[in-house]
Amino acid sequence: MSESILELKNITKSFSGVEVLHQVSFSLEPREVHALLGENGAGKSTLVKVMTGFHQADAGEIYLNGEQVQFGDTHESRQAGIAAIYQELSLFPDLDVAENIFVGRQPTTLGGRIDWRKLYAEADKLLASLGVHLELKQKARSLSIAQQQMVEIARAFSINARILIMDEPTSSLTLHEVDDLFRLVRRLRAEGTAILFISHRLEELFTLADRVTVLRDGAYVGTRPIKEVTRDDLIRMMVGRTITDLFPKQEVKAGKVVLKVDHLTRDGAFRDISFDLREGEILGIAGLVGAGRTNVARAIFGVEPPTSGSIQLNGKEIQISSPQQAIGLGLAYVPEDRQLHGLIPQMNITANISLPMIQEYARRGWLQEKVERSSAFNAARQIEVRANNIWQKARELSGGNQQKVVLAKWLSTKPKILILDEPTRGIDVGTKAAVHALMSKLASEGLAILMISSELPEVLGMSDRIIVMHEGYMTGHFTRAEATQEKIISAATQPVTTGSVL
Amino acid sequence: MTAQNPPVNRSSFSTVLWTLARFREAGITLFILILVVAVTIRNPAFLTADNFQDILLNISILAIVALGQTMVIVTHGIDLSVSSTIGLVAMMVAFVVKQNQDISIVLVVLLGMALGAVLGSFNGLIITHGKVPPIIATLGTLSIYRGLVFYYSQGTWINSFELPKSFKLLSKGTPLGLPNMVIIAIVVAVIVYYFLNYTRTGREIYAVGSNPDAAQFAGIRKDRIIFLVYLLSGLAAGLAAVLWASRFESAQTNTALGFELQTVAASVVGGVSISGGVGTVPGVLLGALLLGIIQNALTIVGISPFWQLAAQGLLILLAVVTDKWILSRVERRTA
Repeated sequence: MSESILELKNITKSFSGVEVLHQVSFSLEPREVHALLGENGAGKSTLVKVMTGFHQADAGEIYLNGEQVQFGDTHESRQAGIAAIYQELSLFPDLDVAENIFVGRQPTTLGGRIDWRKLYAEADKLLASLGVHLELKQKARSLSIAQQQMVEIARAFSINARILIMDEPTSSLTLHEVDDLFRLVRRLRAEGTAILFISHRLEELFTLADRVTVLRDGAYVGTRPIKEVTRDDLIRMMVGRTITDLFPKQEVKAGKVVLKVDHLTRDGAFRDISFDLREGEILGIAGLVGAGRTNVARAIFGVEPPTSGSIQLNGKEIQISSPQQAIGLGLAYVPEDRQLHGLIPQMNITANISLPMIQEYARRGWLQEKVERSSAFNAARQIEVRANNIWQKARELSGGNQQKVVLAKWLSTKPKILILDEPTRGIDVGTKAAVHALMSKLASEGLAILMISSELPEVLGMSDRIIVMHEGYMTGHFTRAEATQEKIISAATQPVTTGSVL
Repeated sequence: MTAQNPPVNRSSFSTVLWTLARFREAGITLFILILVVAVTIRNPAFLTADNFQDILLNISILAIVALGQTMVIVTHGIDLSVSSTIGLVAMMVAFVVKQNQDISIVLVVLLGMALGAVLGSFNGLIITHGKVPPIIATLGTLSIYRGLVFYYSQGTWINSFELPKSFKLLSKGTPLGLPNMVIIAIVVAVIVYYFLNYTRTGREIYAVGSNPDAAQFAGIRKDRIIFLVYLLSGLAAGLAAVLWASRFESAQTNTALGFELQTVAASVVGGVSISGGVGTVPGVLLGALLLGIIQNALTIVGISPFWQLAAQGLLILLAVVTDKWILSRVERRTA
């Protein structure tokens, strides 16, 4: 391969005392698609922002075409030919599609007047060449997420950048749109552009990338040609340790049955789900995304009531019709999307934790701050939330610590049954281990845990028993000893026939 | 490529109405028309050229300052210090004119604008470099600049007899048919319109207000834009200050006291979004016009002066509610 066009050497970056990047080196060559890989929190997005001048590195050097450069802001990196599509969409809701593409670079006449006619003509031409159909004068506010992404991509393409950085551009696109995108990326590569591509879909990388660089916990792990690695190699590089020591589930003698679900059905979501859950037990629900696992959890928690079947709590049949009622009965549900359902980012840790219990902490309508504070503090300490103090805003915490706050919040309700939906999605490896240790500890104290997880190692490592769902049906039921990765995958993907439903 | 197709299966009249309603300024225009008709029925003296010239004269200064204010509000900021800027610049300019009776009027105007720009830049610096929220920063300078008026004037006024005739004619002379002040306001409006719609910097003002983070991602230097809008708002206030001193033939310690809220009202009534990113020059001019008509109409219709302020507020709220109502109807129709 040729000389590198962009090279980073020993980049280090900290935010408020926490080191996010530690001596990371990276090099990008023309005519290559270079994948940047790592778990969430590994430092990929920060590294990208250092390359574009959005953040400045605390230490280390950046070389562009062999010359050392320093980008004070994104304007300078753009001048140098670096375009980026960030993970967070960055459109202007009040401007229209065409102007969003050319913002800051609107074509002008000799006198410096914006040439609107040319702007619309060029936007039209650009979108046509990308094969994208969008109303040029539509305000970005009213576009769908995929359409917004298309505008972002058009914007990046319009710069004729020599270096194009794409931070998870495919996460919200349909398969068809992904194909279109890849076609464009390959064309750009052929034209000599260097492309840095971040994605969590490993399969994608094997069809698109030339080389791959892996980061882990803010440190550089290695760079390999994609042809010389397998999927498992990459996972090993990302995770960096053998899987067994990640999941410290202690052996607990299961107590009496606290939750019994019998032939539970919700039309259009799931059918004939039966299982029971004991004190001190972790029951894993495995399956592909969209198998109906979350729907079962929501039905038990009273969000979407079942259409038939029964739920028994401590041997008594009950109808749960609202989350309030479920909380009162000793259930707690930690949803998958903590940003959307679990946390109020502007509020501090204490307020977030005390939210479900706020009535309990109040006397005649007045909040008893001392009680609130001490119970929030205890919950936060029990879970080892890492923060400066309990008045820190939730949005300032890392993803893993946000998840811990959500857990602390529900634990403060002293539940008997805890439902966790993807408890460690999007958090770094260290925090993941801490969450797992916590789950294990809670189970040993008698809590019954229902855990939905798409991560096989997590399901295998943490669960005492595992049920598998596929297309709304229960397609497998294994004990910890029986379960293997192969059995679960086979149950999660097998075609559904009436005979296969247990 | 152009906007949505007109709704089908409608009479042509209602089609025309819906097409008109799609203009962002439709709501306020409708409200102005209703108000003009209602007031004219009560008192035909309202709808005369003389009275309208009077209204235009009254709103020229408001329009100039409101245009500056609009650029600030579009970036999701606010400039509360404009009234004190007018007070301070008016006092300083009047003092200079009093000391130099033969001074060139052009020089006086430039001096006023320069002084206003300096005061505006100070706001911009506090906000961009001091990281102080705009409402706090300009609330501070609102007091500081007013305090400087007292310090500078030692509490005295500059009166009509101390000012030369040429200075007084700056605002009121009619060499071009309309009073100079109205023409200046129109020129300012044209310049601001061109600036906001046909220059990159102007469009970047909208971009910064619409999504500040994205603006940074897009390589727009956010702080420069924010600094600039406060400078321009000060510049507009400085120009307004010269006109104010000329029109009222005096500079007092309480000149333009409370005026900042009128400029915010004119912008917001004219459809400028207080959350940034949205606002047009025609809208703001209509907003200023509506405020001027309301003030004039309340006197002409013979509302008791004790009620006028409350009635004024009520009508402003009504105008905003009408506007929002029409906007939501149009959005539902075109969604």
